[in-house]
Amino acid sequence: MSCALPAFAAMAANAPAPPFAVLMELTHRCPLRCPYCSNPTALDPASAELDTATWMRVLDEAADVGALQVHFSGGEPCVRKDLEELVAHATDIGLYSNLITSAVLLDAERLKRLKAAGLQHVQISLQDSEAEGADRVGGYRGGHARKLDTARLVVAEGLALTINAVLHRHNIGRVNEVIDLALDLGAGRIEIANVQYYGWALENRAALMPSRDQLLAMDAAVRARLPELAGRIVVDYVVPDYYARRPKSCMGGWARRFMNVTPRGRVLPCHAAETIPGMEFETVFDRSLSEIWTDGTAFTRYRGTAWMPQPCRSCDHKEEDWGGCRCQALALAGDADAADPVCELSSAHEAVAALRDRDAAALGTEWRYRGL
Amino acid sequence: MTLAGIAESDRLRLAPGVMLRHDRLRGQWMLMGPERLLVLDDMALAVIRAATGPEAGDVAQAIDRLAAEYDAPRDEISADVLELLTDLRNKGYLTA
Ligand code: SF4
Ligand code: SF4
Repeated sequence: MSCALPAFAAMAANAPAPPFAVLMELTHRCPLRCPYCSNPTALDPASAELDTATWMRVLDEAADVGALQVHFSGGEPCVRKDLEELVAHATDIGLYSNLITSAVLLDAERLKRLKAAGLQHVQISLQDSEAEGADRVGGYRGGHARKLDTARLVVAEGLALTINAVLHRHNIGRVNEVIDLALDLGAGRIEIANVQYYGWALENRAALMPSRDQLLAMDAAVRARLPELAGRIVVDYVVPDYYARRPKSCMGGWARRFMNVTPRGRVLPCHAAETIPGMEFETVFDRSLSEIWTDGTAFTRYRGTAWMPQPCRSCDHKEEDWGGCRCQALALAGDADAADPVCELSSAHEAVAALRDRDAAALGTEWRYRGL
Repeated sequence: MTLAGIAESDRLRLAPGVMLRHDRLRGQWMLMGPERLLVLDDMALAVIRAATGPEAGDVAQAIDRLAAEYDAPRDEISADVLELLTDLRNKGYLTA
């Protein structure tokens, strides 16, 4: 997720500024089985998913809270038969629709219907630049070829196309080929992402972590190409956390830009927030999105800077990165209230480097596919 | 090979997935695009309106119109307009 977005001024004293976007995880179902999937390891079954009428109401509430965009994601949102209906409703109430998809279920007919419903932007994930590696990671034979076909259809329909490429030990050496492929497909934007180690990816870290040499080569390759890419494709590139010296501003700051609704209707400040123990999450059946955004306990818990311990409390960067990622602080420092240990000022930073180097050296490790 | 800046002979339009929109809640004009948005000041809004859209013609005509509308010397505003348009193109909001 790109966070290059302006923070809106608060509308009234004490009221938080409205969110920029609401992410709707329509389902956790997906034909792919990526070992770094960002869905929780305990997936919501189809029977638990919100029905169409409830998602429609949630869309209304997203517009009410002041969100400008909606992201239909998952899992694979195209498994929902009501996707067109939801996009049409979002369009009616003035929301900008993004579809975040693996693209293997999207054919020309459906794409036309989604376009007619007002869809603006399709983001397609690629697992590699070439079919063999991509299909192995996704655990879905023929998936890569289908993605490329769909990507071309998206561009032919005049919709905006983003290619999302997730890099790890097994494909990081082909970053140039991935960029070339995105250009060839006619994408307006590419996200060069590195695996974020939560959920499934945390379990599979030893099978995915790139080495320092791999990482430096990739970083140099991307930076060398940025000037020639300017004006041709928008590049969103973030240095991978475990090799960074300062953390990212996760989600643009806790409860500052985004709300996330899970398939069963839980309302989260970030998609991994459920990993944090002791947090209470409301659902769309408890209160409206506006109420939850304003003073829901999960939202206020880490919003702003008042919650921060040292070293963040007295740090000049605290309103830039907001102390980094809470879920990563939990995963790596054992404490969601701590500074993100990716930060070199964190007392746990050395331990992160040790873990990273251990996992990067664990060659030959098999990953475990995402599954029920 | 770096792409050149926008020239007066270019014809521009909003890139796929980009729309110009007024947000009532915030009282602001913005360009909305894939997972991004740009809040516009009055000048940027005027330039985008002049340079895109079915009747816009090329960038030279857009600059002519802006010069007339704001009663500004053409050669004083043209460099600023081209710079702004190049920046918007490089950020993916406009396409030639
Ligand atoms: S990461 Fe892979 S398995 Fe997870 S939702 Fe996306 S495509 Fe499906
Ligand atoms: S100390 Fe905290 S606020 Fe400062 S850079 Fe590190 S994580 Fe960010």
